[in-house]
Amino acid sequence: MCLAFPGKILKIQGDKSVVDFDGVEKEVNISLIKGAKVDEYVMVHAGFAIQIMGKKDALEVFKLYKEAEGK
Amino acid sequence: MSEQEVLKDIHTLAKKIGRNVNLMEVCGTHTQAVARAGLKSLLPKNVHLTTGPGCPVCVTAQEDIDAIVSLALAGIPVATYGDMMRVPGSFGSLDQAREKGAQVFDIYSTEEALEIQKEYPDLVFFGLGFETTAPMSAFAIQKGLVIYPTHKLFLPAMKALLEIGELKIDGYICPGHVSAIIGSKPYEEMRVPQVITGFQPDDILVAIYMLLKQLAEDRADVENEYVRLVKEGGNPEALNQIFEVFEESDGNWRGFGTIPGSGLKIKEKYKAFDARLKYKDILDRVDFSKSRKPTACKCGEIIRGLKSPTDCPVFKKGCTPDKPIGPCMVSVEGACNVEYRYGK
Repeated sequence: MCLAFPGKILKIQGDKSVVDFDGVEKEVNISLIKGAKVDEYVMVHAGFAIQIMGKKDALEVFKLYKEAEGK
Repeated sequence: MSEQEVLKDIHTLAKKIGRNVNLMEVCGTHTQAVARAGLKSLLPKNVHLTTGPGCPVCVTAQEDIDAIVSLALAGIPVATYGDMMRVPGSFGSLDQAREKGAQVFDIYSTEEALEIQKEYPDLVFFGLGFETTAPMSAFAIQKGLVIYPTHKLFLPAMKALLEIGELKIDGYICPGHVSAIIGSKPYEEMRVPQVITGFQPDDILVAIYMLLKQLAEDRADVENEYVRLVKEGGNPEALNQIFEVFEESDGNWRGFGTIPGSGLKIKEKYKAFDARLKYKDILDRVDFSKSRKPTACKCGEIIRGLKSPTDCPVFKKGCTPDKPIGPCMVSVEGACNVEYRYGK
């Protein structure tokens, strides 16, 4: 349940956003982070963004995930 | 620094320390990462890595599972996170309640629960987890969702483990995402070496190195290896959400019983959304004496780091991920489930 995954914000409308999880787009609630902007990367847990993170760190997670999945 | 270099430094420090060292990781995702990468086999013989109470499903008290299953069986629609569905209670699991015709929904986000509530206005969300999921429940309560809350604050459990003293803990690998919410500052209350770290094998190895370095230098500090996500003050907005709706109370943990100040109770202002009050008449009729009946499952001791899954008499002998006896075998973050999948 502590599993979280980073993604890139594509669209924001109020508390809701659309986040790109390395190719998969999902709706994410961004009410727990202040000042999130389109194109920023966020760590998402249980459908809510919990922290803004750097692009480099997010891309590193994507890379490691693909390696772990053998993709 | 490469993984090999970190490992070399870990072995050098362990030799210098010379005695047995018990390090505890207290996050289910760390448990999985350690097992998946086979990190334990790479560590020096005198460095022991133990799993603590970091799996939210595993620490949920039997009484609470029995309460929510009883509500479902009484005809109240229930939603909860997927991992909780198959945890056996004294009256069966939520999954089994669904097989008997109860309305039970497996969800990923409280936003989904709010959607389901439009069709099932009496829906109760079984809220569980630590500071990582409490803000999502708080958000949903403010939108009108009724919740049976079992949320827990994590630091009191870490402190309790130190105070109980059944296992000498030389250092904590602190949880990554709980820390993203609470920040690094609160850990300073505990006088034990602590490192907050991320979830890649390299993160965990570096954390072990940093803990051993503290021990070799006779320090007990809070260090943050996960600076890319964890700030000193955490996520103030998420904390505001939690304490707008909840207040600290005693928490009921599997394996511990009551830990003072470790629970989150719904405030008076939001009491209309507290399933414990709304359905008190149903809950008052539940026979909770069954919840306290001991079983062969050693989940409670495994959660406290006193036993490993292989010490449990039913591990792989009657208790498997397909037919779990206890929650540690159900959750993918549970020590038994992880040992079943990755153990030799």
